[in-house]
Amino acid sequence: MVLTGLPNPDQLAVAWARAVARTSHTSMSRRALRAHLLVLAGTLLDAVAAEKFDPTGPAGVGAALVAAHFTEVAALQRTVTALGQQLGNCPGAGGGRLMDVVGALAAGFAQALRDRTLAEQERISASAFAARIAAEQARWNSEARFEAVFADSVIGIGVGDIDGTILEVNRALCEMLGFTAEEFRAHPIWEFIHPDDTPGVWEQVKSLLSGAIDNVRFDKAYYRKDGAEIWTHLVLSLVRDQQGRPRFVVAMVENITERHHLQTQLTHQAMHDPLTGLPNRTLFFDRLDAALDAGSDAVGVCYLDLDDFKAVNDTLGHDTGDALLRAVAQRLSAELGRDGHLVARMGGDEFVVLVEHSTGVEHLERVAQTALDTVRRPVVIDGHPIVVSASVGIVQHHDAGSASSAALMQAADTTMYWAKADGRDRYAVFDAERHRSDVSRFALSARMPDALARGEFVVQYQPLVRLTDQQTTGVEALVRWQLPNGEQLPPSRFIPLAEDTGLIVPLGRAVLADACRQGAHWLAADPTMRLLMSVNLAARQVRERGLVADVVQILADTGWPAELLQLELTESEFMGTTEDSLAVLRDLSDIGVRIAIDDFGTGYSNLAYLRRLPVHTLKLAGPFITRGTTSDTDETDDVDLEIVATVVRLAHILGLSVTAESIETPAQLTRLRRLGCDTGQGWLFAPAVHPKAIPGLVHAPPWSMDPSPPH
Amino acid sequence: MTRPSVARVYDYYLGGSHNFASDRAFAREVLRVYPELTAISRDNRDFMRRAVLYLCSQGVDQFLDLGSGIPTAGNVHEVAHTVNPRARVVYVDHDPVAVTHSRALLSGTGGVVAISGDLREPRLVLRDAMLLGDLDLTRPVAVLLVSVLHFVGDQRGPAELVAAYMNATVPGSYVALSHARSDGKRDAAATEEVYNRSRSPSPMQFRSTGEIQALFGDLTVVDPGVVHLPRWRPELGEDADPEVGEDYPALAGVGRRD
Repeated sequence: MVLTGLPNPDQLAVAWARAVARTSHTSMSRRALRAHLLVLAGTLLDAVAAEKFDPTGPAGVGAALVAAHFTEVAALQRTVTALGQQLGNCPGAGGGRLMDVVGALAAGFAQALRDRTLAEQERISASAFAARIAAEQARWNSEARFEAVFADSVIGIGVGDIDGTILEVNRALCEMLGFTAEEFRAHPIWEFIHPDDTPGVWEQVKSLLSGAIDNVRFDKAYYRKDGAEIWTHLVLSLVRDQQGRPRFVVAMVENITERHHLQTQLTHQAMHDPLTGLPNRTLFFDRLDAALDAGSDAVGVCYLDLDDFKAVNDTLGHDTGDALLRAVAQRLSAELGRDGHLVARMGGDEFVVLVEHSTGVEHLERVAQTALDTVRRPVVIDGHPIVVSASVGIVQHHDAGSASSAALMQAADTTMYWAKADGRDRYAVFDAERHRSDVSRFALSARMPDALARGEFVVQYQPLVRLTDQQTTGVEALVRWQLPNGEQLPPSRFIPLAEDTGLIVPLGRAVLADACRQGAHWLAADPTMRLLMSVNLAARQVRERGLVADVVQILADTGWPAELLQLELTESEFMGTTEDSLAVLRDLSDIGVRIAIDDFGTGYSNLAYLRRLPVHTLKLAGPFITRGTTSDTDETDDVDLEIVATVVRLAHILGLSVTAESIETPAQLTRLRRLGCDTGQGWLFAPAVHPKAIPGLVHAPPWSMDPSPPH
Repeated sequence: MTRPSVARVYDYYLGGSHNFASDRAFAREVLRVYPELTAISRDNRDFMRRAVLYLCSQGVDQFLDLGSGIPTAGNVHEVAHTVNPRARVVYVDHDPVAVTHSRALLSGTGGVVAISGDLREPRLVLRDAMLLGDLDLTRPVAVLLVSVLHFVGDQRGPAELVAAYMNATVPGSYVALSHARSDGKRDAAATEEVYNRSRSPSPMQFRSTGEIQALFGDLTVVDPGVVHLPRWRPELGEDADPEVGEDYPALAGVGRRD
C-alpha cells in the first residue's frame, strides 16, 4: 500500500530534529542528530504505511531515542507533537494507524527509559556500595596497622581522657610499670605523681588538658607496682575533636632507667673525687658560686693543707699516703659535714670547708680548730699510727673584699701559706693588708727576671774607712733596683724575693762581676786606688754548685786580684751553713778571697766556733753600734759598750779584723776608734754612691780631716 | 549516600539517573533558582565535545580529564575514539563513587583509565596519571578542566594550578577549560549562593571575565579566545551562529603551550 501525502524521510527527520534538539543531552551535533533520526523516520513511515500494523518498529524507535540519551520527557512529548504535525494530515495515515504507531513508540520509549533508569540506578548504587566497601577496607587496614603499632610497640603508649582517666594502655606500658590494663584504668594519671617530678611539670600537664598547649615532654620517674623505681621519657600529646576542643591525651612512655642511672653516675663522678668520695673542686665551686650569687656575706671558707704530706708519700709510699687522705677526708666530712658544712677535696692534700652561714670570723676559727684537731688524731694504717697536722687559711667573704669565688679562694690559699710560714699546725685568718703586700711582692718578683735582663739593677758603692787615719781602704758594693718609673728600691725590698725565687743566683753573679769590673777600672785609671771590694753573698748562692768556679771565672775575666775581694755572709746564714757550704767558703778562702761575717751580733754565734771558720772579718751590726756607742750615761749602753769591746778584743785575738757598720755620729766614731775597731762605714762618711763619685771621695774625703788621735 | 555529590548532581542536570535522593533534592533547589542550568550544562558538554575534536585535529592523542565526574553520554574517550581509536584518556575525580562507577563502565576499554585524585595536588595527580594511566609527559597532552575550576577557591590559586599542570607538559600541549562567570546573568550567579550553603556537595566560586582569562597565564589562547560557551568554535549548520545573550553565564577557551 502506498499512501499519498506522506512526507519523505528527509523532511520528517529535519522537522523531528528541530523539535527534539536541545530537549536532552545527547552529545550529538545537529547533523549527526539528523542522520540518526533519518533512519528512525524511515522505520516510522514504513510502520504507518504497512498493511498490517506491527508495533515492533515504532517501539524500537522509542527505545533508540532513549539509547541516544533523549532521556527527558520533553523529547517524547515533542516527538509525538512533531509526528502529529507531519503525518496527521495525510489522508491514508489518519485514524487508528497513526495512533497505533505513536502509542507503540511511546511504549517503547517508556520501557527503554525505565530499563535505562533502573540500570543506571543499579550501577550507581553498586558503585557507591563498592566505594564504601573500599573505604571501609582502607580504614580497617589503617586501623589494623595502628592497632599493630599500638599493641606491639616497644614504647609504652597510653590514651587518656582530659579529666585524667586512663582509657587504653598497650602491652609495653603494662610491662614497664607492672600494672594490668584494668589496674591502669582504675587510677587517674594524678596518682602517678612522683616526688622527683620536675617542679612545674604537672602545671604543664594541666594546661595541656585545658587545651592551652598541644604537647609536653619531660623525664619522669614512676614507681612500678612492685615498688621499684623506673625513669622514663614521657611525651604527652593532645588530641582535639573536629571543633578543636581537647578530647584525648596520648602518652608515649620510653623507659630510660639505665640511661638515667648512667647519667646520674656520670654527674656524680664529674662532681666527686674518686679517691676520697668527697665533692671535688667543680662541685665546691658550684656551691660557692651559688652561695655568692645569693648575695650572702656570711660565706666563709677554711682552706686546709696537710703539713709535710709529701714526706708521708716519700717515706711510707703512695698507698699509705692515699689511705691517709681517705681517712682524713672521712673524718673531716664526719666532723664538719654534721654541721651542714661542705667538705671538698681540692686536689693533692688540700681540702676546703665551705661554711655557708658563718656568724663571723670566730665561727670560722672554731671550724678551723675542729679541723686541726680532727687531722691531728693519729691514723692507724697497717698497724702503724701516723700523726699529721695541717695548716688552715680562713677567709670570710666580705673581708676578702671581692665578689668572685676565684679571688676568695686565692685569698684562702695565701692565708693558708701564712699559717704554714707561721709554723704549721695552726690556722691563719685573712688580713687584707698583708694580702695586698703579698700580692705586690708577688708582682715584683714576677717582674724581676725581666728587670735583670734590662739592666735595671745597678750597683752603688759605700766607702769602708780605716778608723785610725780615716782613709778609704775599700768599698762595699750594694745593689739597687732602678725601676723604669724612677723609683729606687733598696735591697731589703727585693733580695728576699730573689732568694725565694732563686733569682738571687744570677743577680748575685751579675753584681759580683760588676763590682770586680768597676774595681779593676778604678785601679787601671789610678794605681793608688787599691780598694778592697766587699760584695754580699746570699746563703743560696753558697749552696748553689759552681760558686767557686763563678768567682774564679769573674776574677779571671776582670783581672781583679782575689786578695782585694771580700765576700760577706750574714751571721744567721753562717749559723745555717752545712759542711758542704763550709767547704765552699774554705775553697774561696784558699784562692785568697776574704770572707766577712755581716750583721755580726744579731745572732747567737758561738764565738769559739769562729776559730774553725774560714773568716777574716767581723762586721758589727748597725743596731749594736748605735746602742753601744751613742750615749755614755745609760746603763744598758755600758753593757753594750762592754760587749763591743769584748768582741773587738776577741776578734783581734782570733786574728780577725773588725768593721763597724752604720756609723752616724762623730761620737760613735771616737768611741769605736778608742775600742780598737779597724774600719767603719756609715752616713758619717758617705752613703752608697754612684761609682763615678768614689775616686773623689777617696782622694778628697769630705768627712775629715780631723785626725784627732786616739786616746 | 546522604550527602550530595558534585558529580551525581551534574549527572542529574544532564538527565541521567546515576544519582540519589539527596543529589536530586539539591539539584532541584539549584534549578528552582536557575532553571536554565540544565541547558547550560548541555552547552558545557557540547563545548567539551567540540574541544576534544579540535584537540584531536591538532594531533593531540592524550587527555587528562580533571574532575571527570560520572560518565554519561559523550564522554571524552567516546568523542576522541570517533576520530582516533588509539587516543589515551585518564579520568581523574576525587569522588570515590564516581571513580568506581567510571571503572565499572570503562572495563574492557583500552587506553582509558579512571583514577582517584584531588586536582588541587598536581604533583600527586601527575604521578598517578603516569604510573596508572600511562600518560606520557614527553609528548603533548591535553588537560581538560571543564566546569570544575569554579569549585577551587582563590586561596588554592586556580591560575597556579593551571600553570602547575602545564609546566609539567611539553610544548604543543593544551588546556581546555570552562568556568561559570560572576559578571553574567544575575540569577545564574544566585546558584553560587546555593552551592555555598551547608549540605552542598562543594562550595563554588564564580569568577569575572578578567579572572577567567587570567587562568590561562602565559599560554597562547587559540581562536576565538575566551568566549561564551556556545560561541567556542560552533559547528557548521544552524548552530553556526547560536543565539547567545551577552550575559551568558559561562565562558570557555583553549590555551596552548608554545
